[in-house]
Amino acid sequence: MGIKILTEHINVPGIETLEVYRKHGGYRSVEKALKTMTPDEVVEEVKTSGLRGRGGAGFPAGMKWSFLAKPEGIPRYLVCNADESEPGTFKDRVFMEKNPHALIEGMITSSYALGANTSYIYIRGELLFILRILEKAIAEAYAAGLLGKNILGSGYDLDLHVAPGGGAYICGEETALLESLEGKRGNPRNKPPFPAVKGLFQSPTVVNNVETIASVPWIVNNTGAEYAKIGVGRSTGTKLISASGNINRPGVYEIELGVPVEEFIYSDEYCGGIWKGKQLKAVVPGGSSVPILPANLILKTAAGEDRLMTYESLSDGGFVSGSMLGSGAFIVFDEDQCIVRNTWNYARFYHHESCGQCSPCREGTGWMERVLHRIEYGHGHQQDIDLLVSVAKQIEGNTICPLGDAAAWPVASAIRHFREEFEWHIKHPQEATAPGAVYRGQLAAATV
Amino acid sequence: MAKITFDGIEVEVEDGTTILQAARKIGGDVVPPAMCFYTPLKGSGGKCRVCLVKVTQGSARDPRPMPKLVASCITPVQDGMVVENTTNEDVLNARKGIVEMLLINHPLDCPVCDQAGECDLQNLSYEHGVSATRYEEPRRTFNKVDLGPYIQLHMTRCILCYRCVYTADQITNKRVHGVLGRGDAAEIGTYIENVIDNDFSGNVIDVCPVGALTDKTWRFKNRVWFTKPLNAHRDCPTCSGKVTLWSRGETVLRVTARKDEYAEVEEFICNTCRFDKKEMSDWTIEGPRNIDRGSVISANHYELPVVNVPIVPNLPKSTVKKMPTE
Repeated sequence: MGIKILTEHINVPGIETLEVYRKHGGYRSVEKALKTMTPDEVVEEVKTSGLRGRGGAGFPAGMKWSFLAKPEGIPRYLVCNADESEPGTFKDRVFMEKNPHALIEGMITSSYALGANTSYIYIRGELLFILRILEKAIAEAYAAGLLGKNILGSGYDLDLHVAPGGGAYICGEETALLESLEGKRGNPRNKPPFPAVKGLFQSPTVVNNVETIASVPWIVNNTGAEYAKIGVGRSTGTKLISASGNINRPGVYEIELGVPVEEFIYSDEYCGGIWKGKQLKAVVPGGSSVPILPANLILKTAAGEDRLMTYESLSDGGFVSGSMLGSGAFIVFDEDQCIVRNTWNYARFYHHESCGQCSPCREGTGWMERVLHRIEYGHGHQQDIDLLVSVAKQIEGNTICPLGDAAAWPVASAIRHFREEFEWHIKHPQEATAPGAVYRGQLAAATV
Repeated sequence: MAKITFDGIEVEVEDGTTILQAARKIGGDVVPPAMCFYTPLKGSGGKCRVCLVKVTQGSARDPRPMPKLVASCITPVQDGMVVENTTNEDVLNARKGIVEMLLINHPLDCPVCDQAGECDLQNLSYEHGVSATRYEEPRRTFNKVDLGPYIQLHMTRCILCYRCVYTADQITNKRVHGVLGRGDAAEIGTYIENVIDNDFSGNVIDVCPVGALTDKTWRFKNRVWFTKPLNAHRDCPTCSGKVTLWSRGETVLRVTARKDEYAEVEEFICNTCRFDKKEMSDWTIEGPRNIDRGSVISANHYELPVVNVPIVPNLPKSTVKKMPTE
């Protein structure tokens, strides 16, 4: 068992109440930061810790904080991105549901570091029951003087609001989130200006994931240098992984970054191996938008080294033979899963969730979905495979926000690694459309 | 002031100018196309992605290239920036890809479309498109909607540039239409069928780069390339009254604002001028208008023959035809 930073007390009964949370050392970081540290010192600690954004892009949080513009007389905002809607990701939901005060503590400490006097938690519309849990916890914090005017007598004021979205995936993109928070249609903004300069209500804003913000209290309590000791290289600290798919023990696991992927899949401490004793076929290691990897490439890099659960190791080999850690949604496929059907399912999701603002994504996601649907239902042509690759390439990098890339990568990678399976689908439409039919030809080569 | 190199041509522009505006200062073939950006409309641009260019040097201070292609209409210039447009293969390929995307759900009903001949999408696909489509699936279609007595919305042709939304937002006092839905099901609409009713509503027709918003007083009357554009003005209490008349013989077939070579209006005009004043006697004719745009209407077969120059005194400079030197 590695060190637990976020989930140490998550199963303590009554941890969602302020009383029990404080009994287990809650809100110590608020007292320490507000009473003994300057905001810049907190930012420095986060920088030293090497904490990277847990929402998917993995951008160093301390760096992001230091980019925040600080003009006189203009308010600054901290916005917590709790619009967790990537298929396969459910870590923030579990975390907020069980331990709402940990997020609130992180929000207070982080807001203090950034000099924000109003902060928002933007929560996914489907998670209304968690909104109530959070609001209850916030009310408790207000009553205890941890929020509001003059927190703990330090002279620092903070108002914390929870705002629910309408359930659109695109509102997880930070500028679309800000638009939505302002009460507008959730279309991503053109960048620059970046939110650090002009964000919420045209003021400097930092947008961070739930997990990133919840890691800050530990860093303040135990110093950034201690945090940097956990993990491997530039991937410091712990990460919540939402493990799902054909494994024996699906769920949310807190891992020290650097656990080998093989251990994560097969150890009883984590996923507990592939269910029903089946073979591993493929893994999507970071949520539906990152490239899928076949069994041989997920366990070992192209160079033959063990792949580790770190930002660097998972992206080793670029998109040719690597993937990304993303938001930590680890989706495992066994030998009976059809990659074509799965790719179509992802494409369908991105088609449905594209905001329709910029043309490559609006038209391209629908195009890919329709072609994949045709292949899956036995009406594909051989040239469709190259067509998909070409359409994915036309979308990638040419859009306003990363949703275009997120839609293109799974399709391009599935074809890159499982081209034979697509070809089989097209050549043998009758066999391929039979219930439960799966191509097994490539499995032998892909298994280690 | 910032000095940038665009396709090997040096140009000096004000700080904060966008790459597209700097390119327009150079003019000619190097200017990237723009389907959604519209200079008079604040906040427009960045959506259609046809103006993507490659920045090979970010600035003199930080010479790193920008990792992705950038939308030239919204990216401000930096001193020492080096930009490639027509000289970069990647840019041309990306543009080709985007034109293909714009066309897959477009009905390509140019033979019956009133915009044909002055359509930005038509020009764009002529320059960057391919002759056959790779798209086999059914195209999205919508029913035509009447937005009041003057404007018809044919959503099937729309490329969602948002120009009409910005126009209604910025130059009229009550916007009743916007974008509904998302993805390729997004549409311009009034939610519950509504009438766009204000003095300047007709301008949404002028800003539309395709034939999605059309003038009902002009629909199916004629083809633009058969009509003759004339500059004209009248004393109008609501707008400047400076318009272009499109006539055939003595009949005024339609009235539009005066547009420059990038199809951007010089001044927005009011609905009275646009829809109600359809007699030659309503207007003071200034003379023929030269249309400086890459489309069939700029084929200058209707210009005054040069031999007639002495007959018409004080001919505007724009109408003087350059004769091939022998």
